[in-house]
Amino acid sequence: MSELLRPAADWELKSMLAQFGAQNLAVEIVGAGSKRAIGHPVQAAALLTTASLRGITLYEPTELVMSARAGTPVSQIEVELASRGQMLPFEPLDFGAALAAPVGLQTIGAVFATNNSGARRISVGSARDHLIGLRGVNGRAEIFKSGGRVMKNVTGYDVARALTGSWGTLAVMTEVTFKVAPLPDDIATLVYTGLPEDLAVEMMSLAMGTPFEISGTVHLTPKHAARIATAPVGGRATSITALRIENFMKSVRYRKGRIMEALKAYGQPMELDLEASLGFWAEMRRLVPVRFSDDILWRVSTSPRKAADLVATLRRHMPVEATYDWSGGLVWIEIPDCADAGAADIRRAVAIAGGHATLIRAREAVRREVEVFQPQAPALEKLSRGLKDVFDPQGLLNPGRMYQTM
Amino acid sequence: MTAIRLPEPESAVVARRDVIVKDLVAMLGATSVIADEDGRRAYETDAFTAYRCMPLAVVLPDTTDGVAQVMAYCHRNGIKVIPRGAGTSLCGGALPAEDAIVIGVSRMNKVLEIDTPARFARVETGITNLAISAAAGPLGFFYAPDPSSQLACTLAGNIAMNSGGAHCLKYGVTTNNVLGVKMVMIDGTVVEVGGAHLDADGYDLLALIIGSEGQLGIVTEATVRILPMAEGARPMLIGFESTAKASICVSRIIASGIVPVAIEFMDRPAIEVCEAFAKAGYPLDVDALLIVEVEGSEEEIADRLGYIAGIAQELGPSSLIISADDAQSAKIWKGRKSAFGAIGRKADYLCMDGTIPLSQLTYVLEEISNICKRYGLGVANVFHAGDGNLHPLIMYDANNARQAERAEQAGADILKLCVAAGGCLTGEHGVGIEKRDLMRVQFSDVDLAQQMRIKSLFDPQWLLNPAKVFPLDGRPELTAGVADPAVAAE
Repeated sequence: MSELLRPAADWELKSMLAQFGAQNLAVEIVGAGSKRAIGHPVQAAALLTTASLRGITLYEPTELVMSARAGTPVSQIEVELASRGQMLPFEPLDFGAALAAPVGLQTIGAVFATNNSGARRISVGSARDHLIGLRGVNGRAEIFKSGGRVMKNVTGYDVARALTGSWGTLAVMTEVTFKVAPLPDDIATLVYTGLPEDLAVEMMSLAMGTPFEISGTVHLTPKHAARIATAPVGGRATSITALRIENFMKSVRYRKGRIMEALKAYGQPMELDLEASLGFWAEMRRLVPVRFSDDILWRVSTSPRKAADLVATLRRHMPVEATYDWSGGLVWIEIPDCADAGAADIRRAVAIAGGHATLIRAREAVRREVEVFQPQAPALEKLSRGLKDVFDPQGLLNPGRMYQTM
Repeated sequence: MTAIRLPEPESAVVARRDVIVKDLVAMLGATSVIADEDGRRAYETDAFTAYRCMPLAVVLPDTTDGVAQVMAYCHRNGIKVIPRGAGTSLCGGALPAEDAIVIGVSRMNKVLEIDTPARFARVETGITNLAISAAAGPLGFFYAPDPSSQLACTLAGNIAMNSGGAHCLKYGVTTNNVLGVKMVMIDGTVVEVGGAHLDADGYDLLALIIGSEGQLGIVTEATVRILPMAEGARPMLIGFESTAKASICVSRIIASGIVPVAIEFMDRPAIEVCEAFAKAGYPLDVDALLIVEVEGSEEEIADRLGYIAGIAQELGPSSLIISADDAQSAKIWKGRKSAFGAIGRKADYLCMDGTIPLSQLTYVLEEISNICKRYGLGVANVFHAGDGNLHPLIMYDANNARQAERAEQAGADILKLCVAAGGCLTGEHGVGIEKRDLMRVQFSDVDLAQQMRIKSLFDPQWLLNPAKVFPLDGRPELTAGVADPAVAAE
């Protein structure tokens, strides 16, 4: 790594990429770099950060829409939104604590480039669902735009959304436009303790089937639960299962009662008020349950129906601690350090359950060898490779980060 | 109307018609192939009825494998394919070509699996939009996107056009509600993207497939999100003496922190026609009417509607009516959802679909009125105000060629206005042939070339729905089956 580049305008980024293209040299693309340890290590001649592409360029609270340049910190965006009683509805996670990287620096561009969504994804959709437009520069050093600033737009192909979750391997985003939402007036959390995983997932799924618009459902195995600090949940030696209810005050009170009634069979929950709820869900957003350690961390996306079985299957081979989010549709799996990061067993279990697994935390030497993202079926891999060629035919941008040969 | 140019059919393909039909019958059986003139006539247009064209043949396969066989055949023989759901496209998305085979998915309409704990339904895509909700309904669930044509339109068509609907303010559009697809590629390969889990792995191919207007493949099965039905829902009607006040009201409702499940807007001409049709109790002495709907329990609904009424009262509404019961609510929605049909009884119309930033609403509505006046045509507005998705209905007489031409010109002017106001050409209907030649108003050559490279990746010979979406000029040269738009753009 020889050079650090900080373009401050689209045209500057374009000319930088054109130069790299002319010399056929690869570039590693980052925002603040807080998720740099995810993916295969990138071999590149230079590191290019979007950090100097800063600033909110449009905010219309009455239209629930905001545009910001890609390097704008999420923290700045959330302060601005909160000042008008609004928020990023998909509550992006901060990976800092989980990866021993800086906390609170993540950029908005990176949120969309990694399709980073937290607990509320289950009710309102993911980062990807909220993106409505972007500007960027592709690997051909072309400035392009896709989408716009309006909520509904089916004009041409949805290139903007197609770039979410591409981890900077297709194009560098320079400006993103996204939907925002009002902050709820009130929040309550019901916390059930001591439920085994299968029952917890069953209960969370049942809760999501009620009409009460639950906006967060997590289950933490005992070791993960013990890392939570917020009283009165913090420091317990039992599993916890939490359901979040958000709306205006009268509604929250009403819905809380109805949910407790519907879930009577699972026991009597603790009730967290607004303040405790904010504390607990903020810890979830910072990934406190899976905070940095020498353990390996996987992120598994599957059908909630299969989640508990998948973890039980893995336990036959290794000790597993798990945090279930999205009512079991997302499982953070922590296992002790080992040579292949448990990839063989995890991929086999995921193949049976359906879904996919991403290696989030492992030593660099391990990440160099193990497939970090889910290997694809041949027909899909061909399309992925083709898409890479469409945007970045020379393979300049983050080469190998997602797939070793791409 | 003849303003939109369509490519000359390949005479060599048309000349082989009998052989092609024989091959199709051999593949699928005679009951799945429509080759006679009367049979084909039913497929010569969609809901953009100004343009018609008899296809070479129509096939209605029963299985994904059947679709794959026909696609592979067409790929081998260089025959164009027009995918079709129910043919309700308002932009000519399903318009056939003389040298093309229509592949309809309407016979593939089964529900394959409904899983309420995991909240998804897996269906064949020939199923109608409403039939998914009908199947999930007894279990307390529904499929959220609700285009006005939901009784007839298929999920396949919804996926192709990324359809919206009145309630997408809260629930999102098709792309936010589809988790996975099984898609037949032009060479007959079947790919599965995503599944029952909430985020598909790898690059977001679903984002490209949904809204690609049948140009990347034919989706034969889909896994869609289903949601628990709300305890109840109730609309209210707020009438204003001016559209300006109505649009301020919409902004204030949204800024207040309430996101209703729908906010619909009608202007005076639309109100009159819809009220005559549905007898929904719309006030007739107002220039703008909002239908605002909220969901929840009885008490929650009363609370929220009361709050919204408070916001509206500040602006001095001409009328404010809260739906008294389910029967009245149904009438209110019937009036709105049959707006296009009701206006269609009065006059022929072109339905525009631009989206604008809400802050531009008053200005844009005034300009739309001016544009139509300039062309000597009437216009009615019925649209989704919550998300700025306009539907001006330009009324004209289809038997009057000059009027028809003027209507098209007025439509183009309106869409250019939408883009200039910070919006886009189409919010939910799609580009099709209708808006194809306006794409450069919204996109640069670089933007279009990038999209066309994606088209070429999935369909190198441009056989799938080729005359749609992209302007006919500036397309990639198709040499040896490999297309590079950069060549054409230079």
